[in-house]
Amino acid sequence: MAISERLSGNEAVSFAIKQINPDVVAAFPITPSTEIPQFISQYIANGEMTTVYVPVESEHSSMSACVGAQAAGARSMTATSSCGLAYMFEMLYIAASNRLPITMACVNRALSGPININNDHSDSMGARDAGWIQIYAENAQEAYDNFIQCVRIGEHKDVHLPVMACQDGFITSHAVERMELIETDKVKAFVGEYNPEKYLLNPDEILAVGTYDTPQYYMEHKKAQTEAMKNARQVIKDIAKEFETISGRKYDMIEEYRMEDAEYAMVIIGSSAGTAKEAIDELRTAGVKAGLIKVRVFRPFPLEEIAAALKGVKAVAIMDKTDSFSAAGGPLGAEVKAAIYGKVDGLVAANYIYGLGGRDVRVEHIKLVFDEIAELVKSGKQPETYKYLAIRE
Amino acid sequence: MKKLTEIRWHGRGGQGAKTASLLLADVAFSTGMYIQGFPEYGPERMGAPITAYNRLSNEPLRVHSNIYEPDFVAVVDDTLLESVDVTAGLKEEGAIVINTKKDPKELLPLLKGYKGKIYTIDAAKISLECIGKNIPNTPMLAAMVHASKVMDEQLFLDNMRASFKHKFATKPEVVDGNMKALSMALEEVKVYEG
Amino acid sequence: MKDNLMKNITPDNKWQDLTPGGFIYASGNSAEFKTGDWRTATPKFIEEKCKQCLLCVPVCPDCSIPVVDGKRLDFDFDHCKGCGICAKVCPFDAIEFVKDGE
Repeated sequence: MAISERLSGNEAVSFAIKQINPDVVAAFPITPSTEIPQFISQYIANGEMTTVYVPVESEHSSMSACVGAQAAGARSMTATSSCGLAYMFEMLYIAASNRLPITMACVNRALSGPININNDHSDSMGARDAGWIQIYAENAQEAYDNFIQCVRIGEHKDVHLPVMACQDGFITSHAVERMELIETDKVKAFVGEYNPEKYLLNPDEILAVGTYDTPQYYMEHKKAQTEAMKNARQVIKDIAKEFETISGRKYDMIEEYRMEDAEYAMVIIGSSAGTAKEAIDELRTAGVKAGLIKVRVFRPFPLEEIAAALKGVKAVAIMDKTDSFSAAGGPLGAEVKAAIYGKVDGLVAANYIYGLGGRDVRVEHIKLVFDEIAELVKSGKQPETYKYLAIRE
Repeated sequence: MKKLTEIRWHGRGGQGAKTASLLLADVAFSTGMYIQGFPEYGPERMGAPITAYNRLSNEPLRVHSNIYEPDFVAVVDDTLLESVDVTAGLKEEGAIVINTKKDPKELLPLLKGYKGKIYTIDAAKISLECIGKNIPNTPMLAAMVHASKVMDEQLFLDNMRASFKHKFATKPEVVDGNMKALSMALEEVKVYEG
Repeated sequence: MKDNLMKNITPDNKWQDLTPGGFIYASGNSAEFKTGDWRTATPKFIEEKCKQCLLCVPVCPDCSIPVVDGKRLDFDFDHCKGCGICAKVCPFDAIEFVKDGE
């Protein structure tokens, strides 16, 4: 029997980490992820976990400690946000290129400046090319469920990559919601023991990690890394299916909501997907055939799933909670447009930048976007390359 | 049939408006409802006006935005009435619950022509009397349950007793004080129907 | 993922045949990397002057002075880079240091 609970997103993820009881957690506090290392320290102090907590002096060090511990053969985890993630930047690449399946709870917050502590996706989107798998949650339930699955995904023999389990700072991390926990014995059985094939503390086999690579080898190692990321697609699906057997909850690369006959669609990541579902129900009642594609997995990018879901759609609004300052839109906008290129004809694709630095995203905002893309179809006009949603101007 | 109640809490940093919203979410959850309890975060510190929210429903909650048209508003500190537009968007078929020693009629000029019900409670007096400290959020919680009717009052009291017993397992003497504060608040809350 | 022990990794290996992340599943294999051709000057061991004090051995950055049964032998020119430190520390002029071509 599942355990009905009321937890915040941070509490839910901390509880998942407690249930998994990893070998090592190394983290440095930064709002809004601070509660996660705080709760874990408390669990350890109370004797509820046997994890070794490594108190570090910075996020560069927390990721370094995770890299060292994971290479040594320990299941390692961390949590961070915003500038903390930015400070890990160098080590993120070390973790991924050394194929170390570290699991990170990333609680999304805007990058400074201007200085801001609230939510957007600029931190993890800034690290989108670091070689980490990225999975985003809509609510506390998904933050919990995703985190448990992430451990398995990263450690899978066909993958061996680090994984970021992202949730929206404050919006889900600090909101208490009703959710269901899975019994600890089931979580432990699902996640299993971490038994790496090669690890530094193995007395029977010699290993060197973090070697220098000359130009004659570097590209081949990167090719192996990108193939592992491709493999992650199937692994993510398989593990979601297995997770359904213990939770009853379905997960995939994307979630489609009322897309069967949709003429107007929105592609979005994170907590605003729930707000968009509410807006879509209201639009449907008013006779508008609206639908939603929630991108759950951003790395590896679900290009085939998105292209297939957008077949038959007249117009799509692609919602970016960060600006890439390419002067051509946001990262999701660019990648969704690349995904549909040559696959979906005559689709009007509008890219919106929304919700930066904690700007509240309301049902009304989502409906406004659907109004605008419907108007584009009616008038036959092309959208602006990208635009800021509900900006004062 | 979907039944959704949206509540906005106004308080000052340190007074427990956020805690009140979490307590309400907690007790509503224990009666089987779907709940959200969340504060609006900023760099504010002790004394700064803060806002917290509740969504309570019999169906799963999906919207993740602040609440702009609440059914009910709670004001944990009546000095906020001067500086914060507490009735903004408040539905007239709903109500406002104010922690104050004053008569509702005295507060009317500060409520910008709000025509709905006004509930008042002297939460400071009740908490001092029952708990020995000025912790206004416990009586305010009871007053909000009374005003909003989100749950049966006896069910509320039963669930709160269980929750306090769990929370103060090492200090059972605190449970009675808190329970007394809740009961007294339910009795003493006054309503002005306008 | 490839997990067999890679004995001889060469630039002819396909990406599928390399270890993940360039891991090396062996030790002591720096000996296989010959650095002798970096040398532009060469130490010359004059055995008759040598008192076997072994001061030269620990200062060699490339472990290119082999020691057997407590006695040093001639240089390992597969790895000696010709830095000349051994010649500097020798108290007995038992190491001559000659620029190549002189």
